[in-house]
Amino acid sequence: MSNSDRPLSPHLSVYRWPITMTLSILHRGTGLAMSIGLLVMAAWLINTAAGGADYERFTAVMATLFGRLFLIGWSFAFFFHLANGIRHLVWDTGYGLEKQQATASAWFVLIASLVLTVVFWVLLP
Amino acid sequence: MSLRAPLGKVLGLGTARDGTDHWWMQRVSAVGLALLGLWFVGSLVSLDDLQYANAHAFIAAPLNSVLMLLLCATLAYHSYLGVQVVVEDYVHAPGIKVVALIASRFAHIVVAAASIYAILRIGLGA
Repeated sequence: MSNSDRPLSPHLSVYRWPITMTLSILHRGTGLAMSIGLLVMAAWLINTAAGGADYERFTAVMATLFGRLFLIGWSFAFFFHLANGIRHLVWDTGYGLEKQQATASAWFVLIASLVLTVVFWVLLP
Repeated sequence: MSLRAPLGKVLGLGTARDGTDHWWMQRVSAVGLALLGLWFVGSLVSLDDLQYANAHAFIAAPLNSVLMLLLCATLAYHSYLGVQVVVEDYVHAPGIKVVALIASRFAHIVVAAASIYAILRIGLGA
């Protein structure tokens, strides 16, 4: 019934790639990454409940280079999804949808989430 | 006057009466997660260290236990709503789509149940 050659909207390839499109897909990407990260959150809680030895084993895995990169990526995903989520909530009230406003808030969200990630790791004991 | 097509009437297909429910609950859980998430991050950075004794004592404190339960439940719920949209947007084969949606729901419920059980064990000192 459907013709697979038919172009699908949105016609992403006909646009010059703007920053707002980067943030749009990053919101989805960071959300999906954190969904997988929930497994690690659960592992943290389970190992805390299991006792000191299991907790040490868990933190040892997290202290490896791979573990560290994962946690840094996760913290950025959290701050980005939080900041951009608030941007979406503001949009839902009908404000900030003009092209210039959306571009400005995109850069603000991107820089704010990077700054928050750095501040978090500086403050983390 | 009805604008519905005769075929649609006969088949009984139409609105399921929950058109905005998914959208709305995604927003409500997002607001909850913004508050709970900031609390969790703020709590992490204000701990003296992240060793076992400290992490255990933090989660075991009654208020923290309740907030951790809310955080994990809301995370799983919001995550499920998000993954559902991603699957519906990108997985077009009907069979795989249904399997993916069910698998995602099961996985989220398992993760939520395991997290909640762990928090209760810590909080109740089992």
